[in-house]
Amino acid sequence: MQITVDKDPAAHTMTVTTELDATVERAWQLWADPRQLERWWGPPTHPATVVEHDLAPGRTVRYFMTSPEGDKYHGLWEIVAVEAPKRLELVDCFADDSGAKNEDLPATRMTVTLAERDGGGTVMTMHSRFPSLEAMEQLVTMGMEEGLQQALSQIEGILAGAA
Amino acid sequence: MVIYNHMVVDLLTGQRADQVFHALADATRRDILAQALVAEHSVSALARRYPMSITAVQKHVAVLEAAELITKERRGREQLVRSNVETIRRAGLLLDQLEEIWRARIAQIGDILADDPQEGTRDADHR
Repeated sequence: MQITVDKDPAAHTMTVTTELDATVERAWQLWADPRQLERWWGPPTHPATVVEHDLAPGRTVRYFMTSPEGDKYHGLWEIVAVEAPKRLELVDCFADDSGAKNEDLPATRMTVTLAERDGGGTVMTMHSRFPSLEAMEQLVTMGMEEGLQQALSQIEGILAGAA
Repeated sequence: MVIYNHMVVDLLTGQRADQVFHALADATRRDILAQALVAEHSVSALARRYPMSITAVQKHVAVLEAAELITKERRGREQLVRSNVETIRRAGLLLDQLEEIWRARIAQIGDILADDPQEGTRDADHR
C-alpha cells in the first residue's frame, strides 16, 4: 500500500496520504462503522473499543484503547463536519476514565478526505494539526506506550549529542 | 546526524525556504541567530552589540521570527529572543513517531479491506 507523509515541524502539521484498493464508499465505512474503526484506530498492542459513535456535526465518538497490562486510555472525537462519503472533520481529544473530555490536554484537529482515484480505488488523506509539542508528546505516549521510554531517551540522547 | 540533516532539509525545502534564505542573507541577522543558539538574549542586550538603533535590531529580529528561526517571548519589560531550531528539531522527531502510528493504522486498514473488500458496496446496495 502506497503511503506518502508530509510533515511540517514548524507548523506542527502532518498530512498522510494513502491509496486504498477499495471504492470511496467502502473506504468511508472504515470511519462510519464503529466495528471497523476499532479494528484499525488503536495500535496492534492497544486495540480500540468504540463505545459511542455518532458521526454528525456537534456529536461525539467515544473510544478507549487497552494496553497489554489492561490499562485503558480514553479518547473522544468531537465531530465538526461530515460529508459522507468524502470528507470528515473532527477534533481528537483526550478523555478521563469516565470518558469525559479532558480539557487540560490539548486536542488534535483532523481532516479526512476520500477521493476516487483515476483507474479505480480511493485516495485517502488525513491532515492533522497538533496544537503544541506537548500535544504531540501526549499522542506519542498514548500510541506507543512501551516504546515511549526508549523513544524519549533516544530523543534526549540525540539532542544531547547534537548540543 | 541523520536527524540533524533531515532537520536542515525540512528547513530548506519547505515553503519557508525563501524566508529562511532572506533571513540568513544579512550579517547582523546571522549574528543574532548565532547568539540565540547559545543562549536567550533580550532585544535590548542584542542592540548593544550592534552599531544601530534598537528599532533596527527589532526589525532584524522580526525577520528571523517570520522565518521561524527564533521565537520571541515577553517577560516583564524584556523581549527575550531564543533559537527555534531545537524546538523544530524536537517537533520533527515527534512527528516521526506520529507517522509510525499512522503507518501502523494504515497497515491494519489494509488487512480489513483484504478481509471484507465488499462491505461498503453491500451497504451502498441497501440504500
